[in-house]
Amino acid sequence: MLDHTTSEITPRKALRVNPAKTCQPIGAMYAALGINRCLPHSHGSQGCCSYHRSHLTRHYKEPVMASTSSFTEGASVFGGSPNLRQSLKTIFQTYDPDVVAVHPTCLSETIGDDIPTIVKKASEDGIVPRGKWVIHASPPSYAGSHVTGFSNMVKGMVDYFTNKGEKKVKGQINILPGYVEPPDMRKLKSMVAEMGLTPVGFPDTSDVLDTPKTGHYEMYPPGGTKGEKLLTTGASEYTMAMGHFSSKDPAAHLELKGGVPFTLSDTPIGVQATDRFYQGIMEATGAEIPKAQLDDRGRLVDMMTDYQHYLYGKKVALWGDPDQVISLAEFMSDMGMQPVCIITGTPGKIFEKRLKAILEGKALMPVIAQKQDLFYLHQVIKKQPVDLLVGNTYGKYIARAEDTPFVRFGFPILDRAGHSYFPSVGYKGGIHLLTSIVNTLLDRQDRDAPDERFELVL
Amino acid sequence: MSDLKSCPTVEPDEFVDKTLKNYPPKVAKKRRAHMLVRQESEENQNINANARSVPGIITQRGCCYAGCKGVVIGPYGDMVHITHGPIGCGFYSWLTRRNLFKPGEDGKNYSTYCFSTDMEEHDIIFGGEKKLKQAIYEAYETFKPNAISVHATCPIGLIGDDVQAVAREAEAELGVKVLAFNCEGYKGVSQSAGHHIANNKLFSEVVGTCDQPIEGYSVNILGEYNIGGDAWEIERILKKCGIRVGAPFSGDGKFEEMTSAHMASLNLVMCYRSINYLADMMETRFGIPWAKVNFIGVSAMSKSLRKIARFFEDPELTSKVEQVIQEEEERVYKELAPYKERLQGKTAMLFVGGSRAHHYQDLLKDLGLTPVAAGYEFAHRDDYEGSQIVSDIKLDADSRNIEELKVTPHPEKYRPRLSPEKQKQLEEEKVLKHYHGMIPDMPSGTLVIDDISHAELERLILDLRPDIVLSGIKDKYVIEKFGIPSKQIHNYDYSGPFSGYEGAINFAREIDMMIHNPAWKFMASPFEKKPLLTAELGVDK
Repeated sequence: MLDHTTSEITPRKALRVNPAKTCQPIGAMYAALGINRCLPHSHGSQGCCSYHRSHLTRHYKEPVMASTSSFTEGASVFGGSPNLRQSLKTIFQTYDPDVVAVHPTCLSETIGDDIPTIVKKASEDGIVPRGKWVIHASPPSYAGSHVTGFSNMVKGMVDYFTNKGEKKVKGQINILPGYVEPPDMRKLKSMVAEMGLTPVGFPDTSDVLDTPKTGHYEMYPPGGTKGEKLLTTGASEYTMAMGHFSSKDPAAHLELKGGVPFTLSDTPIGVQATDRFYQGIMEATGAEIPKAQLDDRGRLVDMMTDYQHYLYGKKVALWGDPDQVISLAEFMSDMGMQPVCIITGTPGKIFEKRLKAILEGKALMPVIAQKQDLFYLHQVIKKQPVDLLVGNTYGKYIARAEDTPFVRFGFPILDRAGHSYFPSVGYKGGIHLLTSIVNTLLDRQDRDAPDERFELVL
Repeated sequence: MSDLKSCPTVEPDEFVDKTLKNYPPKVAKKRRAHMLVRQESEENQNINANARSVPGIITQRGCCYAGCKGVVIGPYGDMVHITHGPIGCGFYSWLTRRNLFKPGEDGKNYSTYCFSTDMEEHDIIFGGEKKLKQAIYEAYETFKPNAISVHATCPIGLIGDDVQAVAREAEAELGVKVLAFNCEGYKGVSQSAGHHIANNKLFSEVVGTCDQPIEGYSVNILGEYNIGGDAWEIERILKKCGIRVGAPFSGDGKFEEMTSAHMASLNLVMCYRSINYLADMMETRFGIPWAKVNFIGVSAMSKSLRKIARFFEDPELTSKVEQVIQEEEERVYKELAPYKERLQGKTAMLFVGGSRAHHYQDLLKDLGLTPVAAGYEFAHRDDYEGSQIVSDIKLDADSRNIEELKVTPHPEKYRPRLSPEKQKQLEEEKVLKHYHGMIPDMPSGTLVIDDISHAELERLILDLRPDIVLSGIKDKYVIEKFGIPSKQIHNYDYSGPFSGYEGAINFAREIDMMIHNPAWKFMASPFEKKPLLTAELGVDK
């Protein structure tokens, strides 16, 4: 398995091997699915839309609806305006969404299609029915990753929906969950609601990518943030934005456009990041943390001590999306584990800076790298073997090659169940994550134990 | 009264009209040409295919890159395949197709790796040729593959990187074959363009570059991609018959095998859509004839083996083939019997691929299921109507952009395998050079729909309520929300093989499991049947 990966790291200037990121549009598509009755639209070749839908479907085992401008060679030469106009015509008549969320692909970006102008003209020509929205994500070109694509689409939501100078609604706060799973989005809303506040969470893919099976298919499931709700985001008193990479830009834009102040917090995974999430909201709104949450917090800390001897000093390699990985590394370090290699494919020096700040003085400083790939991570751990791997499904080949226990976490997970049903955020999410980690390590201990050391009680 | 088998109340023509009402008028007109109601009394029923999908319609289709890198070239596991472009395309085509690979004696296996030039803004602005060349060097230095391929994605064509020149230079300097494919996603109208581009390059730069003789009754298998191990089951059966596989194109394929593929006696064509170009060109250039086969389904497998025996016309081989068929069929039919009993009379729809929607009908029929509607995702008219109509197909602008190679017989390597008389006879018998297409196998009253849209699929399910739908990943969970099982026929729901005799048993077991899954009956909760009193009051108010 991965026999051609050697421990000797030779510098690579051009070749990406086994990436730890993917491209922007899939993140934009995922974010757009978090708007109620929204059809994401991929302005480019058919393959992009097909790949993104397929990959999201593999991860969620759920319908993922989106349309494409179906560029041909002609469109690539002469521009994609006719394709987008035809798309909007077909979409509104055939599929009747409330919102179409257009994102460019690298093809339409390279041509320089001006999406807002094309859409404006289409609206003037009556192609966009009254009362319907067509929004778009502005690309910062080829920079970034699926995480920045997500962030850009969320920024696009602010662009089109947030109004200036709204009268503030007492107790209403915006929740920007960042690039997390549907159960996380659901959990964050309920955590805020339990504080007696009114959350406007967006995007919100819960009840979109985890719908019940009843024998009735609905192209637009009940979930997702409604357009009318998004129109009130400027009336919120405050925004809690989670994750520098996926939420900072939209939050800053929301402040600028709607005059809503924000706190930028780490994705609330683990004790400390969840503490900071509550502290941020409490300071800004004066609301209190519910007793039930404090109890969950206590249970999480209880587990962290109960299982300490299976966790303490365990070396871990971590990879994935920066916002999640930062919080996860802190959580693991708080459990006494020792991250030795932490990478993300998403570019951004803040990743290294934030992790260094978090891990400073705690243990041996791990190898930390942004804009890196799994080939590199594998090479690092060949030299410094680890006890546990934590990351997306692509790590399964490394786990097999090195015979290392592996907890799947992040996007995408293509070969295990549960990620789209159980939250990782909040204290309860921490309990769930810790359970996966401990059980994975214990499974390995049992597997490797000789008969005389194979014990009943652990 | 309709004779549409699944649902006597559905009048197929009315159904088509009803479906088209969802569309803007111009779109409806276009889509009408891609649908037909099968009438066995009518010969030469026409359907439009390989035409542009309407923007916004929600098509199943992918792109040219997917057809080239993803389908035809990607399965060669001892090669390093570099995607030249931003990261997404390489990422999504990384291990997702399930073209299984076992390395040869040299141990070279790059099938679990993903290679990309990960082009960023700077590279797009200033051009990516240098980066590509550097990437090829780095790939060679680190991995020492048996060959390298380069696949251009959308923006590469627009910024004008000369990937062919870079490949030529790198090949000369490194001494390893570097194949560059201009398979930008916007070319053509679907994956199909990519198949053609891949075929052209394999033909012009790889096949016939080495002359290693292949002993015995030798065949190449074209258009078999070893999804879930299909190729291994086929190989098992052929080997048992004493037939040797020279080169597979391209499931479980190794680069070197391709170079001597022209030395085999016969080309067997599985997925006609993705590889007929290579079969045709090899025949013209090297004199190797091709026969269309279908290794999916018990009767189809046996029929295909008899076709091969007919070609070699050797009594010893023929008797061996008959013996294998008898042995295998006896065992398989015994195992299939209980499934067949439970599946008899069930209905199926198939919307997938460029050949599979036809191939799997044979297997479904073996199990007693009736196909009621079918269509391809990226096929051409000949896949529906038969290979005899190829010359009637008018090339549109999108197809004309894909190069047609001019092929002539090789001055030294052209070697006819049969006498002109025998060749003619086998062509007349439709053993060679013939694919009859899907339509003739569809019974009257069934529907054929090309490049089906989401709206059409939804309508079909609601009106026809089939017992199972064979489709792909994007449709699967939509269909299953309706309470109807859907089997993925691109990736087999991570199972397989489904080919040959063993495969038929695997498939039957899974179809039976899916249709009879006890969980379906829990979809309606017991609480919905008796509405609560308060709810009734609410309505009255």
